[in-house]
Amino acid sequence: MTMQTLSLAPWLVATPMLGAAVLLLAGRRSDRWGHWLGVLASAATFVVGLVMLLDMLGTPADARVAQHTVGTWLDAGPLHVDLGFQVDPLSMTFVMLVTFVGTLIHVYSVAYMDHDVDRRRFFAYLNLFVAAMLLLVLADSYLLLFVGWEGVGLASFLLIGFWDGRRENAVAGKKAFVMNRVGDMGLIVAMMLMLATFGAVDFSTVLGAAGDGSAAGVSQGTMTAIGLMLLLAACGKSAQLPLQAWLGDAMAGPTPVSALIHAATMVTAGVYLLVRSGPLLEAAPDAQLVVAIVGALTLLFGAVVGTAKDDIKKALAASTMSQIGYMMLAAGLGPVGYAFAIFHLLTHGFFKAGLFLGAGSVMHAMDDDVNMRRFGGLARLLPVTAITMGLGWLAILGVPPFSGFWSKDKIIEAAFVGEGWRPWVFGTVALLGAGITAYYMSRLFFMTFMGRRRWRDGGPDDRQRDDGAPVRHPHESPALMTWPMIVLAVGSVALGGLLAVGDGFVTWLEPVTGHVEHHEPVLPVWLLITLTLLLVALGVVLAFRQYAVAAVPVTPPPASVLVRAARVDLHQDDVNEAVVMRPGQYLTRSLVYGDRTVVDAGWLGLAGAIGRLGTRLRGLQNGYVRSYAATMLGGLGVVALVVWLLAN
Amino acid sequence: MEITNYLGLAVILFALGAATVLLRRNAIIVFMGVELMLNATNLAFVTFARMHGDLTGQVLAFFVMVVAAAEVVVGLAIIIMIFRARRSASVDDVNLLQS
Repeated sequence: MTMQTLSLAPWLVATPMLGAAVLLLAGRRSDRWGHWLGVLASAATFVVGLVMLLDMLGTPADARVAQHTVGTWLDAGPLHVDLGFQVDPLSMTFVMLVTFVGTLIHVYSVAYMDHDVDRRRFFAYLNLFVAAMLLLVLADSYLLLFVGWEGVGLASFLLIGFWDGRRENAVAGKKAFVMNRVGDMGLIVAMMLMLATFGAVDFSTVLGAAGDGSAAGVSQGTMTAIGLMLLLAACGKSAQLPLQAWLGDAMAGPTPVSALIHAATMVTAGVYLLVRSGPLLEAAPDAQLVVAIVGALTLLFGAVVGTAKDDIKKALAASTMSQIGYMMLAAGLGPVGYAFAIFHLLTHGFFKAGLFLGAGSVMHAMDDDVNMRRFGGLARLLPVTAITMGLGWLAILGVPPFSGFWSKDKIIEAAFVGEGWRPWVFGTVALLGAGITAYYMSRLFFMTFMGRRRWRDGGPDDRQRDDGAPVRHPHESPALMTWPMIVLAVGSVALGGLLAVGDGFVTWLEPVTGHVEHHEPVLPVWLLITLTLLLVALGVVLAFRQYAVAAVPVTPPPASVLVRAARVDLHQDDVNEAVVMRPGQYLTRSLVYGDRTVVDAGWLGLAGAIGRLGTRLRGLQNGYVRSYAATMLGGLGVVALVVWLLAN
Repeated sequence: MEITNYLGLAVILFALGAATVLLRRNAIIVFMGVELMLNATNLAFVTFARMHGDLTGQVLAFFVMVVAAAEVVVGLAIIIMIFRARRSASVDDVNLLQS
């Protein structure tokens, strides 16, 4: 990397930050042009990133990792933290994903938020998010990463509750914020442990010490603790078990937000954190195993929830959770999985953003209805949306040669690598997940675009029907919305294949993730691919029979225990309330009670006793000089008596 | 003459002064009681000076006289002011500084 392009790194963060600052400070004055400034800031950031990427592609692989230090940030005794940017293939991958998808979603939002009086504020928050996310991925220390980490959390909170006129949206924002705080505590504790163990929080020192074996003096327990705390942080941000409950409610935000923050970029920050901390996790195999287990569990959890959701955005949210579970699983598999985790993250960023934008387009057409049981037969009326979403659907299914096939299949392969019980368990889960993914995504697609329509268009042949179906006038979205979807759909189709040619992407990430020898899975690769495709086909056929051929009931039919549980997110909120919320409330209430009855009562009692004593003593001040004189005389007598007694 | 007799006289004078202060209400009389007590102390000082062959007690007696003279001036002025304000010289009437 040349110095000139390296010194562009701060501008990646500064440009969108400036955009956000202008939009927020200028206020209503910028209402007319504010959204275009937001788009411009995001696009300019993409151009800066592109210049840096091209420069990086021109440098030899071993010179691609560089740090750009702006200056000293903290200098407090033994703690010294620089304000620096880490520019390497991993961070540049994220920069490109965030700015490219981000810019498309900015453009989409211009049309989507057209009728919103607060559109300018929306773009200010979007720019703020882009700035924070880029700071997160470009930071060269955990501390600076934490600044970005909190920044995206803030932007997420502001955007989930963007329509805060409705109480449930505000509550959803608060829920996301609070659950993220739990994860943030993990990151803070991890940083404290790093500071105590390695005396630093910057990547090069910490990861270098953890990686080259000089951490041998550090106890295994400490390393495991750091690893688990990082995992906790990742769980909070990436909506993994047990901190997954906020993601579904986060869909209360405007759909472009769901696409950008809660599908493509922010929720993958946890995966970034774990891949970045790879050497630390390798030094703590127990923590690494827990990462893989969490990933595998969330993968199944999200997939099962996704099969029962009727809200199109919540179904996609469950799918996001499940796909990030795949990435976490890959990150927990060690070096063999890192590159594939990031690869899947990248392709997922494209096709899931495309799917969300498609969902937004459908909602746009259906008067903001999200209930898929009231959709149906929309393919003919929304052709562009149907085709782009269809391509995204094929990509997430992992149908060759679409993007998802190249990334997800590699994760399934990597999950089957290893010894003992692990490859069988993780591999089976990943394989099963692919089948369920195919089922719920096909269900979503068929319920929306195929089958009979379960709404009325108010036409003449429609008058007699009066089954309570809502009247809709679906229409294709404007070009500002369809073009971003088309671009993302092209990415969903081609990106995976392009990057997989000659293991191009894996080689590209090698300066960060390290070179990994090829490992053979416990089952032959061709068998795995065949099994995956068979399961996917099975899922699609099942969904086709249930939701395209058969009529879809407009109210959820009675179902088995598992389906009923999946409809309410496998009781995640009940569990949280029972395990955390109620005990917490009882604890605080009993503490308040204890505070009042013991601590407060004690001090108030003491004060009262002194006050009463004072009232008694006050009686002595009767204002009669002669009684004072008598008291003095009495005191003199007492003193004389004491002196006399002491003298004898 | 026995030197302790002087001390006895001092004690009697002091007791008389103290009783006056405690029992009488008229401020002037109370004031005279105070003077009587001061003189009793002076007598005791002088007696002890004589007993110990030390001049310190006599010097102290002079100090007490000087201070008592100043105190009489100030005290009488206060009493007159109070009498003018309240038409009374009773110490029990001046009880505003109570609880």
